[in-house]
Amino acid sequence: MKGDLPLSPEDVNEIVTILKGSQYDRLDIRTDRYRLRVSRADAGEGQGEGWSQAWSLEDEASPAGATAQSGQEEIPVPEGMHAIRAPLPGVFYRSPAPGTAYFVEVGSSVEAESNVGIIETMKLFNPVPAACAGEIAEILVENGAMVDAGAILMLVK
Amino acid sequence: MIRRLLIANRGEIAFRVIRTAKRLGIETVLGASEADLNSAAAWLADHIVKVGPAPSAQSYLDVAKVIAATKLSGADALHPGYGFLSENVGLARACAEAGIAFVGPSSSSLEAMGDKLMARKVGIEAGLPVVPGGEAGDKEEARRRAQETGYPLLLKAVSGGGGKGMKRVDNESQLDGQIDLAMAEAQASFGDPRIYVERFITSGRHIEVQVLGDGVNAIHLGTRDCSIQRRFQKLVEEAPAALLPDDKRTAIEQAAVDLAKFLAYRGAGTVEFLVDAVTFDFYFLEMNARIQVEHPVTEAITGVDLIEQQLLVAAGSKLALTQEMIRPRGHAIEVRINAENWREDFQPSPGRAASAKWPAGEGIRVDTHIFNGGLVPPFYDSLAGKLIVHGNDRAEAIERLTAALSVFELEGMDSTAGLHAIIAADPRFRAGDVDTRFFGNLNNG
Repeated sequence: MKGDLPLSPEDVNEIVTILKGSQYDRLDIRTDRYRLRVSRADAGEGQGEGWSQAWSLEDEASPAGATAQSGQEEIPVPEGMHAIRAPLPGVFYRSPAPGTAYFVEVGSSVEAESNVGIIETMKLFNPVPAACAGEIAEILVENGAMVDAGAILMLVK
Repeated sequence: MIRRLLIANRGEIAFRVIRTAKRLGIETVLGASEADLNSAAAWLADHIVKVGPAPSAQSYLDVAKVIAATKLSGADALHPGYGFLSENVGLARACAEAGIAFVGPSSSSLEAMGDKLMARKVGIEAGLPVVPGGEAGDKEEARRRAQETGYPLLLKAVSGGGGKGMKRVDNESQLDGQIDLAMAEAQASFGDPRIYVERFITSGRHIEVQVLGDGVNAIHLGTRDCSIQRRFQKLVEEAPAALLPDDKRTAIEQAAVDLAKFLAYRGAGTVEFLVDAVTFDFYFLEMNARIQVEHPVTEAITGVDLIEQQLLVAAGSKLALTQEMIRPRGHAIEVRINAENWREDFQPSPGRAASAKWPAGEGIRVDTHIFNGGLVPPFYDSLAGKLIVHGNDRAEAIERLTAALSVFELEGMDSTAGLHAIIAADPRFRAGDVDTRFFGNLNNG
């Protein structure tokens, strides 16, 4: 909201042109609004030279300053149990469609290829396989909750 | 002139629109979902107004909420970006009722180009060539249609979709048998035996023309080739379309202008054509009544800021540009860097970029919302940014693309940059020998 980018893309390219003609191979600009690092990339053999730009938007509302929203605490997996983890981040659903029966409940027995839920990521629905055989001992994530990749969804004994 | 602009969108396009609006001295308000309140676009905008929760159905796709947010913010204009509600007649109408300038065409243009069948009908009325074909209710009619279209042709179920009941016919001797089959399949699959007979373009290119109109006048800003697609998603876009004979190029550009004038089109739009890669015969497909993801390649070769033109026309100005002022120079290529694991069937890879090193230098432009620490949330599309290169000719543009991709580094998520490096090195791509089958035939071992 308080951001400002006084440097246009053309300005950045101009900076590269100036650096190219100089003995320097990097420029680090830091203001209270942003930080820009322009640097010469490690030149591969005969590849000519490449330049890169890396921006950090330094502000209280900056993306860099924001913390992950989910912040789920990782619980230790009890001895003798297997964890079913989210294959990718997204919204976890326990049933194939709203209003339909859940794939599994506590006490359901599952095979490795059993589907225990769905994760919606970027409008795509991805099945969550149990990946182990046994009985569902605990379900740790509610229907419709956001999960990070690798988050423990259920425990199997 | 627009005083305060609400951007009802997110990601790189919101960032890019805010940039131009600020340069023009327009105050900017980002209409953001809860998931985007800390985005780069939110950082850059003068103000933020929350439209709704993260899921787009409850925010970016909700007309009532978008209008309420616009009113609340005191904005006198709304830029819808692309996707979401950008071609929604309901939003255009609601803006008109609320006295908000909609940065887009009139609702009648949006309606005319609203779906492919309607677009085809309007295209024919405007005098544009369309893929020869038509409906047939029985075998006799199907035979007559086949005579009109010629071979090879495609038979598809009128009520169908997803390739069901589709038959390719290469010559007349196969026709009768295939009609029977197609009609039987159409009846079995959809309870409707009617089929559509259409000329099949064996090797087709997707070529489009950028147009600008002010409701009276219309001009074009040249062609783009977007033949490299995966499941109808564009991966690589170029301007101008390579290896197109001058007379055909002129004819396609003129057809696009004819359509824009026929529609009394206002703002920026894209007229899409299917072009036979062998004969260069071209057929109108549809018109995208909005700014497009790939607009920067046109900006690169023409030097025109299309967002600026959109804002000027939306504020009621006449086009200040004339056709003579458009002098395309060189060649530009855009690649879409998506947060996807392209080696694993393009699985989405949302997440936070621990670091983002984008290329820089002469002939390079980056349109992105992902800087160091930037987040690609799991709710929306996977576009992390676009790399646009411009050279004096296509060979130089490809050289720049290759070099630029080699310095690109994104930590924290997968990206399609590696795939683009493979495409850039592909001999067929380098030769310009590309049609819509390119991606399917790509050996990306």
